[in-house]
This record gives sequence, structure tokens and C-alpha cells, in this order.
Amino acid sequence: MIELRRADQRFPARLRAIFDPPRALYVRGAGAVALLGRRAVAVVGARSCSPYGAQVARMLGRELGAAGLVVVSGLARGIDGEAHRGALDAGGLTVAVLGCGIDRDYPASNAHLSRRIEEDGLVVSEYEPGVEPAPWRFPARNRIIAGLSEAVVVVEARERSGALITADFALEEGRDVLAVPGEITSSLSAGTNALLKLGAAPVTAVADVLELLGVEPRPSTTAEVSAAAARVLELVRESAGGADELTARGVLDAGALSVALTELELAGLVAGTDGVYRAVTT
Amino acid sequence: MLARAVTHALVGLDARKVEVEAHLQNGLPGLAIVGLADRACQEAKHRVRSGIASAQLEWPSRRITVNLAPAGLRKEGSGFDLPIALAILAASGQFPLERLAGHAAIGELGLDGRIRPVRGVLAAAQGARYAGFGRIVCAAESAGEAALAGVEPVPGRHLAEVVSYLRGEIDAPPFEPSENGSGAEEDELDLADVRGQDRARRALELAAAGGHNLLFAGPPGTGKSMLARRLPGILPALTSEEALEVTRIYSVAGLLSAGRPLVRRRPFRMPHQSASVAAIVGGGPGPRPGEATLAHHGVLFLDELPEFQRPALEALRQPLEDGFVGIARAEGRAMFPARFQLVAAMNMCPCGGRGDPAAECACSTRKLAAFREKLSRALLDRFDLVVAVPRPRAAELSGRAGEESRLVRSRVVAARERIRAGPLTRTFPATELLDRAVERLPLSGRGRSRVARVARTIAAIADVDAVAEEHVAEALAYRSPRELSA
Repeated sequence: MIELRRADQRFPARLRAIFDPPRALYVRGAGAVALLGRRAVAVVGARSCSPYGAQVARMLGRELGAAGLVVVSGLARGIDGEAHRGALDAGGLTVAVLGCGIDRDYPASNAHLSRRIEEDGLVVSEYEPGVEPAPWRFPARNRIIAGLSEAVVVVEARERSGALITADFALEEGRDVLAVPGEITSSLSAGTNALLKLGAAPVTAVADVLELLGVEPRPSTTAEVSAAAARVLELVRESAGGADELTARGVLDAGALSVALTELELAGLVAGTDGVYRAVTT
Repeated sequence: MLARAVTHALVGLDARKVEVEAHLQNGLPGLAIVGLADRACQEAKHRVRSGIASAQLEWPSRRITVNLAPAGLRKEGSGFDLPIALAILAASGQFPLERLAGHAAIGELGLDGRIRPVRGVLAAAQGARYAGFGRIVCAAESAGEAALAGVEPVPGRHLAEVVSYLRGEIDAPPFEPSENGSGAEEDELDLADVRGQDRARRALELAAAGGHNLLFAGPPGTGKSMLARRLPGILPALTSEEALEVTRIYSVAGLLSAGRPLVRRRPFRMPHQSASVAAIVGGGPGPRPGEATLAHHGVLFLDELPEFQRPALEALRQPLEDGFVGIARAEGRAMFPARFQLVAAMNMCPCGGRGDPAAECACSTRKLAAFREKLSRALLDRFDLVVAVPRPRAAELSGRAGEESRLVRSRVVAARERIRAGPLTRTFPATELLDRAVERLPLSGRGRSRVARVARTIAAIADVDAVAEEHVAEALAYRSPRELSA
């Protein structure tokens, strides 16, 4: 563990620039401290997210990580965790900002994730070891997430979500705020859709984020898939659905459909959650 | 004045020979039963006395001692009534003692002397045959069951009738084998009633062909239990040994229906979520079979899997692994066979909103975690096939009717034969795909071998010689999804 005082040369400049930077930043992990100065995007959102949100967060984490950006998030369950996992999937770098003492793993269910993040990335906190997690520390943590990042992407948020606090901090500091559109009937999208109404940039693909930051997207590699799989991919792209819906819409029987879906899953083109298959957009 | 009759006591599913000795001596008239007789057995005194009187026979007014030997074995139930009565009647010389030779006896007496059927007659008759008895005196209703063991039944409706037979006044009342299970079976549930649900149907067929345990996960009302109930209908018919084994279990459990002594249908057991450990795996002082044993050679269906008590679920691990349940008691250990196929259904979350496009999950993360906590990794590992059954849209419900069970069963039978004929080899691309899947998907080492097993079944259904890439790919679609285990 390293303690970075505000006066320290290595203290990230972007974070020092915010209205009330922390007095010190505690850092653990195998990543270089200089990581905190690299170009970074925060991906944040609800803890109890929908499968759709989880999938988008994972995809964003993966693609942003692959594009060489540092993915910053809060190690919480749901969107945060998925964003970290996505970045790790792509072999990218990711930084987790804690709302409790640097020696704590909170939530405990993400302890394993935090180990993985530390392998190449960093876990940071403004709190010295031993500080208990408390609800009122999380908004403060959010200002660090925003402060470390050039842009904040909100994936799913209810009307009064902590992720919106992060977005507010970002706006105050003049960082970009983006939001992922959701279903207008879902309360989980109320916060993000409200952000969009206020003028946040909509994210319909990773390219939207990369363009805003002026990062060159990596050349898209279209995976070679069989004719049957290509047909199924088309169906899934029309609208997500369970295996049986796809059978009803398509021409494949249940066995052949499963073969095609597995092929698409392995190629990273389709993801299945709770029995519903969705196209993975890049 | 001593006479002996022979009967059999149940220890688990096995019968142990019990000699019923009656001794008459001078003294204050009365009847004492010794030899670890339980309550129902002690009450035999009153039934036997009234039964003998009602049969217009003489109750010896002597001091009567009845001993059930071996005295150390616990005797349970009312099946001792008839042998006790016969021993007393023989001891008092009301029929020639030697006429009892070669006969075992089992049955309960009514106060009017009628002979009533008891549970476990098949097991007792089998015991009698091993002990070298050619005939067994039992209730007329039990005769069919006794005949299954290869012992000639002497069906008696009334004690007086049995005594006339033993005196040589009449021939053994004729035993006509009832038309038995060979008669028309009750209507089986048919898979043709299930519309849509192609993937779940396919999984059901694979489960039947490979003997895999199957888990359905999905919101309520998606036809999970409807599908599960139709699994016995697509399994191959019971062989005659299997049928006899199942019948014996049902006989001991007292679940045989009269007039249909041989169970020919594969059992389907669906215990309620409140079932205790003893109800699931068996128990009690003289252990009785539980649901796991009643599902032997059939299907055990656990609806709402996470609602079951954790210990009850954990208790299933032994039978799933070994195919039997061992219950230890002070007097020894009872072994119950329990080779069943496990089918379970569960919601994806406590509120049932997950997997339903029209609803939203309202469960808190803590509630969700507790829900999943209930299912141990070790138990989930027993399911080779996991199928998410999301709620179908209305359009699908009006879909075409499904294939009939009869057709599916013929494929299942063929596939089973294929698997029995010898192991299927795996092609190189198939192995490669498995390795790639372990790398890219959340798939553990155990998960890998489960997928390999299912792929073999898929290849067998496809009637090919080697497991190819496409079989592994399909098997991967039925793997345990991350969201159930995380």
C-alpha cells in the first residue's frame, strides 16, 4: 500500500484539479501509480441492474479497456463490477475506487474481483486502513471516480441513484457525461433517460464514447460464423429473446439453434442471461 | 402344548424370518406376547381373541404365551395377527399341527375374523421363498402380490376358511391371478400436450436418453412441472426385474393399489417443499423408505427447489452419488435402493421477475444472494442439464402441438442402446471446442465433464459414432449458467 499526499508529485493531476481533492490517496495493487494519470473513463450505474444493463456495462468495460483507456468504477455489485470485469476480460487496465478503508474489501462478494483488479490495476481510496464502509462515504467516493476520469458513462440508474451523483460531480468539473438509453417503461432507466433529457450524450455504441475522447477505435474484426449462426444473429439483433422464441421465429430446430447460439456466444457476438439471448453490440 | 407358525418381519425392505411360538400351560387364563412386539403388535391380543371367537373356534382357557423369535428383532405392525392365531389354534389342537408345515402366514385379523391385507407382503413372500416355504397364507387382496414372489398364495378371506383348509376340509381357495398390470394402463400424460418449449422438450429427451439430472429455471407458470411430469412417459418401460423391485418398495410403503399388484409404470414422485430429511431419504424407528426410494427407477421431481430445507437437499447427495440410501439404527443398518432421475424446477429469483420480459425483478441483492445461497455448489453440480425457461410470448402458446411421447420414447430407447453398446469416441475438433469453452465461458473442470457427458448423449440421439463439434456446442447451451451459481 502506498499513501499519496496531495503535494506528492505522483498525485494524479486530474484529481488535484477538482473542487475538493482528497488530502491523500491510498493505493494498493500491482499497477503503476502513473496509471492514475492515464486517459480514463468511468463506467458507473445501479447495483441491482437488469441483465441488459449488466451486459452493456461488461461490453463497455471490455471495449474501452481494449482501446487502451483505463476503466474507473466503484467495485460495487451490478454495473460497477461488470465494468471492471469487462476491462479485465479484454486484458485492459481498471481502477476501483473504494468508499471505505483501503484495506477493506467491500462488498465482500467482490473480494475475488478486487484481487483480479490488483494484478495489473489499482484499488484506491481516500480513507486510511480500518475505516468502515458507511452510506454517507459513498457520495464522497463518487467525486473521486469522477475526478479520476475524463468522462463518466452512466449505464443504468434509478431516479435517485448514486451514479447520478457521480454524473453531477463530473458536470461540475467540466468532464463529459454520457448515458446509455434504456426502456422508458423501466424504473431502472429513469435516471439515465433523465440525464439524456438534460443533454448528456447518448451511448448507442462504444464508438460514441471513443469519438468523444478522440480515441481511434480498434479495427473491428468480424468473426467468421457459420450460415446458420449468421441467420440466428440476425434474429437476435432484431430483438432479444429466449431460445424458444428464436425457434419460433427462425427455421432451426431446438438442437441446431443451441449449436448456433453457442457458436455466437463463443465468438462474443451474443450473450445469454436468464435464458434470454441478446446481441452484443460493439 | 407347543405349536409354531412362521411369518416374516420387515427390516427396511428385507424380510427376516420370525417364528411365532404359542405355548399353553395351566394357570390363570390369559395371553402374553413376548419378543419385542411394538404397540400394534401387542394389540394383536384383542384382535386374535375376537377373531377366533367370531370364527366359531375355541379360545383355549389356559395360560397362553406367544413368543416372537428371534426375540431381539423389533416387530412392527399387525401382520403377526394371523400367524399368532394359527399358532394358538394349532397348540390347542384345533387343526393338525403338521398341516402348517411348508406354510408361512401374514395378515391382520378383524374382530369378525376377516383377514385384512398388510404392507410388505411381497417382501415377506420373497423371504418365505428363500426360507424354503412353498405356500403363504395371506389376505385374498394380497394374493396377487405374494404370487409375484413365486410362492403359491393361500388366499383367505376369513380365519374360519383358513382353518377349514388346514383341517383338510376344503382345498386351498383358488387363486386367480388378477389381470394384473398387464391390463390397460391409466392414461399417461403425453408430451403432445405441451406447445412450444422446444428447448426444454429437447432437454427432457436428452435427460431421458442419458439419465441426466435436469434443472429447469424460469418464472412461474412457464410449464416447468408440466414438462417434468411427462418424463416417465418417455423413459423405456421397466424391465420385469425393475418392476419387481419397484413393487416391493411400494408394497413395503403400503402404496400398492389393490387389483394391480405389479407396478409397471416408472414412478414419479413429487414431494412437497416442506418435506423433512426423513421424508426424503427415509427414516423412522423401523426405517421406512422415503421419497428418494419411492422414486427408484423413476423420477424424483422437486418443484421450487430453493424452498426445500437445506438439510433435506443435502441428504439427497448420497443417493445421487451411490444410488442407495443407508440408514443407520441401533439395531443395524437398512439399505434402500434409490436410483432415480432428479428433475428440479426453480424460479430465477424469489419474486419470479427474472427471465420474464413483462416483469421486472424487485428482489434486493441481499434477498437474491440468500436465495442462491440455499443451493450449494455441490448440489447444483449434480445437474448435467440446466435449462432456462423464460416466459413465452403469447404467440408461442398458440404454436403447433408437440411431438407425441411415443415417438420421443422410441428415440430414447435407441439412444440408450447405442450408449450401452460401447463408449462413443470424441473427434478432435470437439475436444478443441471444449477446451476453448473452458477458456472463454465460465466453465469449471466439473462443468467440462458434465458438458462432455451431455455431448455424448446428443451424439447417441443423433445416431452417430463419434461426438462431433456440434454435439459439444449444443451441450454447452445446457450448462449451468453463471447467474445461478455466482
